[in-house]
Formats: sequence, C-alpha cells, structure tokens
Amino acid sequence: MSDKHTLSVLVENKPGVLARVAQLFSRRGFNIDSLAVGETEHPEVSRITIVVNADSSPLEQVTKQLNKLVNVLKIVELEQATSVHRELLLVKVRADRPTRTQILETVNLFRARVVDVAPDTLTIEATGTADKLDALLRDLEPYGIKEMVQSGLVAIGRGSRSISGPALRAAA
Amino acid sequence: MTKPTPDMIAHRGPGPGADRPAGRAVPAPAQPVAASPAAARVPAERPAVRAKALVNEPMTGASALVRSLEALDVDVVFGIPGGAILPAYDPLFDSSVRHILVRHEQGAGHAASGYAHATGKVGVCMATSGPGATNLVTPIADAYMDSIGMVAITGQVSRSAIGTDAFQEADIAGITVPITKHNYLVQSGEELPRVLAEAFHLASTGRPGPVLVDIPKDVLQGQTSFSWPPTLDLPGYRPTLHPHGKQIREAARMMVGCRRPVLYVGGGVLRAGAAAQLRVLAELTGIPVVTTLMARGAFPDSHPQHLGMPGMHGSVSAVYALQRADLIVALGARFDDRVTGKLDSFAPNAAVVHADIDPAEISKNRVADVPIVGDARFVIDELIAAVTAEHAAGHQADLGEWWRTLNDLRGRYPLGWEEPTDGTLAPQYVIKRIGEIAGPEAVYVAGVGQHQMWASQFISYENPATWINSGGLGTMGFAVPAAMGAKVGMPDRTVWAIDGDGCFQMTNQELATCALENIPIKVAVINNGNLGMVRQWQTLFYNERYSNTDLGTHKHRVPDFVKLAEALGCIGLRCESAADVDKTIEAAMAIDDAPVVVDFVVGKDAMVWPMVAAGTGNDEIMFARGVRPAFDEDDL
Repeated sequence: MSDKHTLSVLVENKPGVLARVAQLFSRRGFNIDSLAVGETEHPEVSRITIVVNADSSPLEQVTKQLNKLVNVLKIVELEQATSVHRELLLVKVRADRPTRTQILETVNLFRARVVDVAPDTLTIEATGTADKLDALLRDLEPYGIKEMVQSGLVAIGRGSRSISGPALRAAA
Repeated sequence: MTKPTPDMIAHRGPGPGADRPAGRAVPAPAQPVAASPAAARVPAERPAVRAKALVNEPMTGASALVRSLEALDVDVVFGIPGGAILPAYDPLFDSSVRHILVRHEQGAGHAASGYAHATGKVGVCMATSGPGATNLVTPIADAYMDSIGMVAITGQVSRSAIGTDAFQEADIAGITVPITKHNYLVQSGEELPRVLAEAFHLASTGRPGPVLVDIPKDVLQGQTSFSWPPTLDLPGYRPTLHPHGKQIREAARMMVGCRRPVLYVGGGVLRAGAAAQLRVLAELTGIPVVTTLMARGAFPDSHPQHLGMPGMHGSVSAVYALQRADLIVALGARFDDRVTGKLDSFAPNAAVVHADIDPAEISKNRVADVPIVGDARFVIDELIAAVTAEHAAGHQADLGEWWRTLNDLRGRYPLGWEEPTDGTLAPQYVIKRIGEIAGPEAVYVAGVGQHQMWASQFISYENPATWINSGGLGTMGFAVPAAMGAKVGMPDRTVWAIDGDGCFQMTNQELATCALENIPIKVAVINNGNLGMVRQWQTLFYNERYSNTDLGTHKHRVPDFVKLAEALGCIGLRCESAADVDKTIEAAMAIDDAPVVVDFVVGKDAMVWPMVAAGTGNDEIMFARGVRPAFDEDDL
C-alpha cells in the first residue's frame, strides 16, 4: 500500500547529520514530501520529522538503512490516529477594502490570525493539519494569494508516553 | 554492561577463524572509562594496556594522531604524504607504526583492504586533502560493498579555509557519506583520540566497513592534550550480535523438516570467523553448501557437501540447488543480483531463513520467512545447538533423494573448459596449475573479469582468507595493491595476484612499492590481449562486434609486461605454451626475495562458463555456449 508515512527520527545534534539523513533518502530512491528539524528537550538530541510517500516494504528498508546511520538514535513511525500532526502556513493575501472583512471572517473561521497588515494585503498565520491548511488556502485563493510559505510537518504522539524518554536519555 | 573500550578493539582476536569479541557491543555511556566496572577490570587483565594509559599529555594534533594509532595496535599504514597531511608524517617518522609509501592513493586503499581481508584486522590508509582523498574514493567504495574493516585518514585544509575552495580542498567527508559506514571531520585536537578509537571500533564491529577520518591541517599542527584511553561516544550504534532464540528454534525446525535444503554461505561467515562452526553445522545436518564469490574458502572445496559457487558463473549444481531448494538457509549472504539472477524467478519454491548481522540486508531483495539478526558465529553456534536438540527429539531430514539429484548433476556438469583449438594457451589451465602448485595455504588475490571468475572456479580453496577479490564493486585494478596488503599482513604466506592484462595496467605501479618495501608478491598476468569479460559479452550479445576491447598487449606487445616488471624492480617471466606452465610457476615460486610478474600469454577466445546471462533467470543457466543443462523437469 503506497501511503504517506510520518517518521520521527531522533538523531545526535551534530554537524552534518541532517545531510546524512536527507542523502540516504535520495540515494535509496525515496522522495521526501516534508521535512522538519529542531532541537528536543535534550539539547544533544535533534528530532527530524520526515513525511515520505512509500509502500510499506520499501519503507521498512529505508527505516533499516536510517537505523544504520551511526548518528541516528531512534526512529518511530507516528500514525495519524494516535498522534498530533501540525504544519505552519504563512500566506500573504490581496485584501482591499471590499474584501478585507470577508477575509478576516475566513481567518476567524479557521482559527488563523493576521500577523501583518498592509494597505492592499493581509499576512495570515495558520497552523493545522495539511487538510485544514489546504481548505484555508482554497477559501483564500479567490482573493489572490501573493505569496505563501509552509513549514515541514511536525508530529508528536498522543498520551503521556514520550519517544525521547528515559531510555534515550541514558543512551545519549 | 560490557562495553567496548579502545583496548578491547586493539586486542580483539584478529583473523578469520579467530574469535571476535564475545561481549555485546553496547554503546559507551558518556562517562570516563575508568569509572565503569567493566573498564576497570581491563587493565588488571591486560597489563600491557595500562602502559598505554596517558592523561593530559601535551603534544601536537599530529602526535596525538600517531599516538592513537600506536595505542590501537596499528602495525602498518599505507599512504602518500602531501600538503595537508604533512604534519602527521613528522611524528610518523619516529613511530613504531610502519608506513608503506605507495605510488597512488588507490593503491593505498586497496592495500589496506587486502591487509584487512587477509588478517581480519583493520586496514589503514592515509592520504592528503583534495586529490589524495578523492583517489581513495574507489577503494573506500570497494571496501563498503565488500564489508571490509578499513580506516582511511585524510588531511584536510585548515579549518579557516574550509568552504573557500582552497588549494587541494575537497569535501571528502561529504563525498564519502554514501560509501562509508561512518565518517568524521575532526573539529579539534582534543577529540582525535576518541574519533580514532570510534573509527576503529565502527570499522571492525557489527558489519565491518570503511570509516573515514578527515583532519584539518591546523588541527594536526596545533597543540592539544592527549589522554588515553578515550571514552567512545556512540549512543546510536548497537549492533545485534546474539540471535533471537525463537527464530533460531524455528530455523532449526525447518532444517530438519525439509527435503531440499541448501546452506547459502556468504562473506559474513568469513568476517565473523565462523568457518569452523559452519563445517560443524553442515556435517551435523548433511545439508549441501554453496559459497558465494565473497565466501570462497569459508567451506573447503574438497568437502563432499560443497557444491561450489552459485550465481552468474556458478557451478550448475550450486545454481540448481538454490533454484530447486525448498529451504535456503542464508548465512551472512545478501541475495546479490549476481547470485539470484532475475529476482522474481529465483528459487521459487524455497522458504528462506536469512541470518545477517545487518538487519537492513534481511528481506531487502528476497523476503525472509525466518529473519535472524546476529553475528554469524553466534547464529551458527546456536543453530548447531538447536538442530542437535531436534535430532535428539527424533526429527531428522531425509536428504537422500536430494543428494542423488545433486550428485548426478555434479557428475554430469562439472566445472571445466574446452581446450582451444588454435594452439593457444588455455587461461583456465594456467590458473588451475597455479592453484595446484602453490597449494591451499597460499593466498590468491584477483582483479575483476574473466580471470577472477576462473580463479574462483579452478583454484581449490580449503581455508578462510585465502581468496581475496573485489566482489561487490567489481573494481578492476584491485589485485596488485590488495595482494601487496595481504602479503604485508601475512608475510609468511605465498601471495599470488591473479590479474588480467586490463586490470594490471590500472594499478601495476604498486609493484615499485613491492620491490622497494620488500613485499615479494607474485603476479600472474592472464594476458589475453583484451578486456576479456567485456569481449565475452560482445561475443555473446553484440554480434562479435569488438568495440574497444583489444588492448594491443598481444598484437603490439605494448606494454611488454616482462620489461615493465623489470623496470619496476621485479622479476619478469613469460609463458606462452602449456608445456612451460608448470616450470614457469615453479620458477616464480622459487623466488622469494623479489616480486615476480609472469606474463601468461593466453588465447583471447576462452569464455567463462557456466553463465546465467544478465537479466535472465537462473533456470536459463548455460553450461557452455549453446548447451543448456538437462534438468529433470519432473523435479521442478
């Protein structure tokens, strides 16, 4: 089954690690749909969230290959149902006097917010799942999107368990 | 918790057949070595190690590098100095570490490989920045494909110049990411001992492989303080050595419950030093054994249960056995395309037990029914115990019918060749006679091509680490430098490089190194005047249109290999007829104070058979040109 998979990859926070991870995906013939990287609660550990489109068997192979990277500490696949997935969107929309109110209504509807105002544009910040952001963009499109930028997806498991918990801390 | 210390690495039992460290490789916690009970025990057991312990001794980065190599028990480094690595060569001048000055960095890399292959220890090569480092790329890739423990040390431009396109700058750490097990760009002198200890640990444990350590010139020149032993900091490196008991029991159950099993043995068995255990397992179960190109020597060729090599140029019986098997037990093998042929028609009715130390190999190409992750030595030991238990419970496979079929095939389709009708010398005969005269204690090192396949087919390998070749990458030019490295590691063994005239012209300059460094290897140039394997494919698949495969070594005798050998400080011999083969080999064997090159002028039309053409299934194996083996179709 070809599907989008979200992998959380915990790595040592060292120079060049992101390049190793990204290079491995391209070398093994995988396209990364989205990638986000940042520090975790342990400064020596970074967390890379990768969304990849792959069948389950090649995904297993790429996960095993990732695990072979010396700087990779742990890999967890985060399922939609049991984890929270978020992306961040910044979008600059054409907004003149007649349309401005309607746009602000849409912004409120999507629980987004305006972060910058110019005489003929509004810049909107929104977070959510990819579906929600797509819906927002569809609603904003008729007004004219002048520019937009999206972050990679980040995800975290639901419940009290932590994937970067005590075992990892001992290792790192 | 047992954890690896650099001393354990340095003192691990080297060599095929010897024991590897029994302790589970568990990442070292970030605490001083002396604080852990396991490490505290080490100096007491090994007084020699204590002498190496040093705390905060001031010295240059270059000295720290050389002191680390000494502490890691490195006895030889193959390399060439140059600007960025130059500071390291000053302390190396006074070191107990022998440096062998090669003529090309590629030679240094393959020599380190040959040394590692032959001894089971980590091979070390050294080069300067930029072109020195990029010349190591081929041998590093080669070592990666064949899982050879190697550490490559390169100089880099000074830290302040990195990224400026400085003279002789190349991002060798970036370049080698996909062809190393791991690599380092050293950031400070303080981390040198740790990085080197980690590099040797990574190169030699788990699935072995090459590790590159790139050191900026100013780090080598600068002052640092040196402490030994360092603490390894590898939290993400945890090779699994011991297999899962449940999987082992399941594998054993299948091994006694099948009708047509095969032990498919790969190079991992040699890397694990598990040849002796393999023999016990094979004899316990009575299961036929095939050894891949990387595993020749892991099981004696003379053993009645040995069917030979599987794959593209494997024996008919070995190929057939895998193809018709109902159970394949893969030990340290990776279902390479040269073994499986067209993957979806490979061994269609076989259940697969796949044991490998690298979990990523399992189910990569062929889905395993019983996956086993572990070191081949432990896997085989535990399989022996589990099969013995099954036997005790009265479960035993009846392999009589299977053996009758295989023995019949073996009798009808032995490895062999047709004598050339044009009066030329048969290359297979030359290689066979070298094997018979030099014997099973000698080490044979091949390049890549027809001569390599003949050397794998017609030399009888009885011992581990007597067959060294470039299997995965298929690197022409491997033989001469790798033979040099093997001879350095095994000075008391006769080392024969079986090379082709194409391969030989890629790296023969290392014969100058051999001549001057007293490394008396023997090189048989199987000179058919052509890029033989490519020519064979042109014969078979390109209507005999021989585009760019004639090297002129016959037609024009350019170069004259005898004169070339002499120019390089070696003894050059030539043999052109079957009648002279034995006495020429004996003459070469009698010389032990200089490298010898024998130009065996052989016919150009000899071909490697059997053959499974690329892209076809193993069922389409050809025994000889136009001859399909007659398999018993009812047996399918």
